[in-house]
Amino acid sequence: MINSSLLKEFTDLLGRENVFTDKADLVTYSYDAAVLDPVVPAVILRPANYELVGKIVGLCNENSVPVTVRGAGTNLSGGTIPSANGVVLVTNALNNILEINEEDMYAVVQPGVITAKLAAAVEAKGLFYPPDPGSQAVSTIGGNVAENAGGLRGLKYGVTKDYVMGLKFFDAYGNDVKTGSRTVKCVTGYNLTGLMVGSEGTLGVIYEVILKLIPLPSHRKSMVAVFDETAKATETVAAIIAGRIVPATLELMDNFTIRAVEKFSKAGLPLDAAALLLIEVDGYPAQVEEDAEKIESICRKKGATSLRVAKDASERDKIWAARRGALSALAQLKPTLVLEDATVPRSKIPEMVRAIEDIGKRYNLAIGTFGHAGDGNLHPTILTDKRNKEEWKRVEDAIKEIFEKALALGGTLSGEHGIGLAKSRFLKNEIGAGAILFSKNIKSALDPKNILNPGKIIGE
Amino acid sequence: MSDMKRLAQLMGELEEQLVVCMRCGMCQAVCPLFAVTGKESDVARGKLALLDGLLNKMFENPKGVYERLNKCLLCGSCATNCPSGVKALEIFIKARVILAGFMGLSATKKIILRGMLSHPEVFDRLLEWGSKFQGLFTKPASDILGTSCSRIASPILNERHFVPLAKVPFHRIVPSMNTPAGSSGIKVAFFTGCLIDKIYPNVAQAVLDIFSFHGIGVFIPEGQGCCGIPAISSGDAESFEKLLLYNIEKYSSADFDYLVTACATCTSTIKKIWPLMVNTGSSDDLKSKVEKISGKTLDINQFLVSKIGVKSQDEEKTSKNNDDAVKVTYHDPCHLKKSLGVSDEPRMLIKANKGYSFIEMPEADWCCGMGGSFNLQYYEISADIGKRKIKNVKTAGAGVVATGCPACMIQISDMLSKADERIAVKHPVEIYAESLKKG
Ligand SMILES: Cc1cc2nc3c(=O)[nH]c(=O)nc-3n(C[C@H](O)[C@H](O)[C@H](O)COP(=O)(O)OP(=O)(O)OC[C@H]3O[C@@H](n4cnc5c(N)ncnc54)[C@H](O)[C@@H]3O)c2cc1C
Ligand code: SF4
Ligand code: SF4
Repeated sequence: MINSSLLKEFTDLLGRENVFTDKADLVTYSYDAAVLDPVVPAVILRPANYELVGKIVGLCNENSVPVTVRGAGTNLSGGTIPSANGVVLVTNALNNILEINEEDMYAVVQPGVITAKLAAAVEAKGLFYPPDPGSQAVSTIGGNVAENAGGLRGLKYGVTKDYVMGLKFFDAYGNDVKTGSRTVKCVTGYNLTGLMVGSEGTLGVIYEVILKLIPLPSHRKSMVAVFDETAKATETVAAIIAGRIVPATLELMDNFTIRAVEKFSKAGLPLDAAALLLIEVDGYPAQVEEDAEKIESICRKKGATSLRVAKDASERDKIWAARRGALSALAQLKPTLVLEDATVPRSKIPEMVRAIEDIGKRYNLAIGTFGHAGDGNLHPTILTDKRNKEEWKRVEDAIKEIFEKALALGGTLSGEHGIGLAKSRFLKNEIGAGAILFSKNIKSALDPKNILNPGKIIGE
Repeated sequence: MSDMKRLAQLMGELEEQLVVCMRCGMCQAVCPLFAVTGKESDVARGKLALLDGLLNKMFENPKGVYERLNKCLLCGSCATNCPSGVKALEIFIKARVILAGFMGLSATKKIILRGMLSHPEVFDRLLEWGSKFQGLFTKPASDILGTSCSRIASPILNERHFVPLAKVPFHRIVPSMNTPAGSSGIKVAFFTGCLIDKIYPNVAQAVLDIFSFHGIGVFIPEGQGCCGIPAISSGDAESFEKLLLYNIEKYSSADFDYLVTACATCTSTIKKIWPLMVNTGSSDDLKSKVEKISGKTLDINQFLVSKIGVKSQDEEKTSKNNDDAVKVTYHDPCHLKKSLGVSDEPRMLIKANKGYSFIEMPEADWCCGMGGSFNLQYYEISADIGKRKIKNVKTAGAGVVATGCPACMIQISDMLSKADERIAVKHPVEIYAESLKKG
């Protein structure tokens, strides 16, 4: 429980201006981007330096108070929905890029650094930090690491976990833990870095991250391929992968999504297309040209009605800005948007897309599908109104069926959005009782009082 | 508790607009206030969640929500960039009206809004007294900027280097005007606006010079009032309506092709807020009058470029190779770019003067931090936001910063003067008017 003496300790530590207890402040930390009911926490703490983070966690443990770490609060699975009697620890004041090392190609950052700001700072030095979630303009590195966020470039460059070389975090007792290093290779001790990535704030609070950087590709080419049937687009995706070409980005948008996005972005997307593929290849000029040619011929062979190559950087930026706007653009069509994240092996993309279309029809729901088709990660997006109980029931059933189909195709429940509260009850269908027991054992050994973001991933 | 039920009912009007927000959090990237404070209740997502909270009767009293709702620049950056199309600005203004009505206006606001602003003659007279006496209280701080800092400690002036009230307001120089269309065949009504009238009459003068150069007929009614933005943003629908009726009356008496203002805030208020707020329960006659006027309203830059055909000078031939050219940069007022989508035209107007060379500053459309009464209430935060603007102005390395709104001019002058920067602040029309004088 948070009693007045604990509250006083927090205030003494952080200063009054970084401790919020007014109801009107608490309510603004009761939600994230997931469609779940908000939970109003007891206090918000916004530490201005990392040492305070350890002290806060230590105090929470002593007093058995749950603590939920929050970066930008953009996760889509309820990972930052706090406990009613708990603390929300906001990391956005810990936002320094501590080092960008050009010689050894790594960066050391605090958890509250905004993804896009890091990417820009690194790019200014001719280096590249590839993970680029659609939310990168606001998401934090801490949140990216804790969700193992992906992005548009996952296909060729991987996801956040592929760039985390090392971490510093506070465990449930507030002990300082260091893992990994600034070296390319490191096998010293358990791979705690691997354990922490994607742990959604349930195993420790990350306060410093060492990130791998790579050279910035010298050339890029973006194109838009237009299809008059969705099946042709998805078959093209499978054919490109089967053709051993690895574009940096290979994104799909169905007609529903195209129309919503164009309304907002005015990027000149063809409104009558059944589906689009947004493709980017990068690397050395010769390689870029060769890949682009191959992709073009595959697209044509598979029946693309047209293919447009971005003329310049601004046209290219427009295409990607349009894609990044997809989720939110869909959101304006109906009061509630449910975004799914089921992912399948890439060859199964055509079948998965067909299944989603079929589920949408059977449950009479508006489903827009877009996403990282190239890495098998689709975002079927159901538009609904949660206030309509009858429809909401259909939505829940449809989601279940989408999950079942993805698993039946050898896929996974979530490619990148995490489990949080939203999907924890589906977890055992995929990973099985053994993995759940093992995870619960880890959790209870490391956090015996269950204070770190309780209820997330493995449930209570 | 029954009170909160009543409030929830009033808020019901906003429900359909509130549910559009999906809490994606993308507005965090563009909110100038959030960039400084990092507090969720400062960004649109937080404010919308609070209004949702009132709707769902989560609060025992609305005070905390009201306070946080009012801590906002109303810059509209969130609304313009919201990919879900949440009309945050509209929601905030309507919610302020609902809450002010429910809770009552503060005593100070009542005196200022109801006692002064909504009676243009009283307001004018008080400010004139102010301008006569202000010399006693202020000393010149920066001759380039023309700002003064307070000589004696005053709770309102505190650290501000404010641009003083003009000795003679514009409405004393030109009380009214009614000239026929000249060579251009166009006649405009000019809406001066309080800040230009009382602080920057030279901007109004520049506008008249330009009108006369291009043969444009001008109508200025005697004793025009405030556009009403201070009232409506305080939630004072009563004073707003008074001012609206007053102005509509003044401007409905003459025939003109366009209503033009040189104040971004007035333009966006007349074009966007007038029709928005008149909708609730007003007569059809008033509605159609408002529609007609706001449909004809144009920002001065936009008017000169799109209707009169003012063009930029060819860059090759002029400024770029001209060492004597004064370097100038431009700040996009939120009320011009975000609210009305006007951003190319003021730049074109500036570039029409050969004596200047134009340099784009980084983040030209990042809010300057003024936000009307926000600046009075949250001066420190406003100054922090302003500092970012000054940093960008300095990066551009210009000797002049131009902007199309007198409120931004005041804020930027204050910030530059405090930072001891010898950079002048001008309105694009002043720069363009200079070129006409030189012939
Ligand atoms: C419009 C939109 C587009 C999106 N696009 C993508 C996408 O393309 N790919 C993708 O993967 N995701 C995407 N997301 C989801 C989300 O943005 C990512 O999960 C992101 O990584 C969350 O970052 P955040 O800073 O908002 O974290 P938060 O939401 O604040 O937190 C996420 C989780 O991390 C934990 N956490 C945060 N900081 C720490 C820390 N320092 N230590 C320990 N735990 C911590 C939290 O407790 C929580 O469980 C999108 C979301 C939106 C709204
Ligand atoms: S206001 Fe718009 S950008 Fe902000 S959280 Fe809501 S939907 Fe997202
Ligand atoms: S209007 Fe401006 S200050 Fe207010 S919430 Fe929106 S972006 Fe922030």
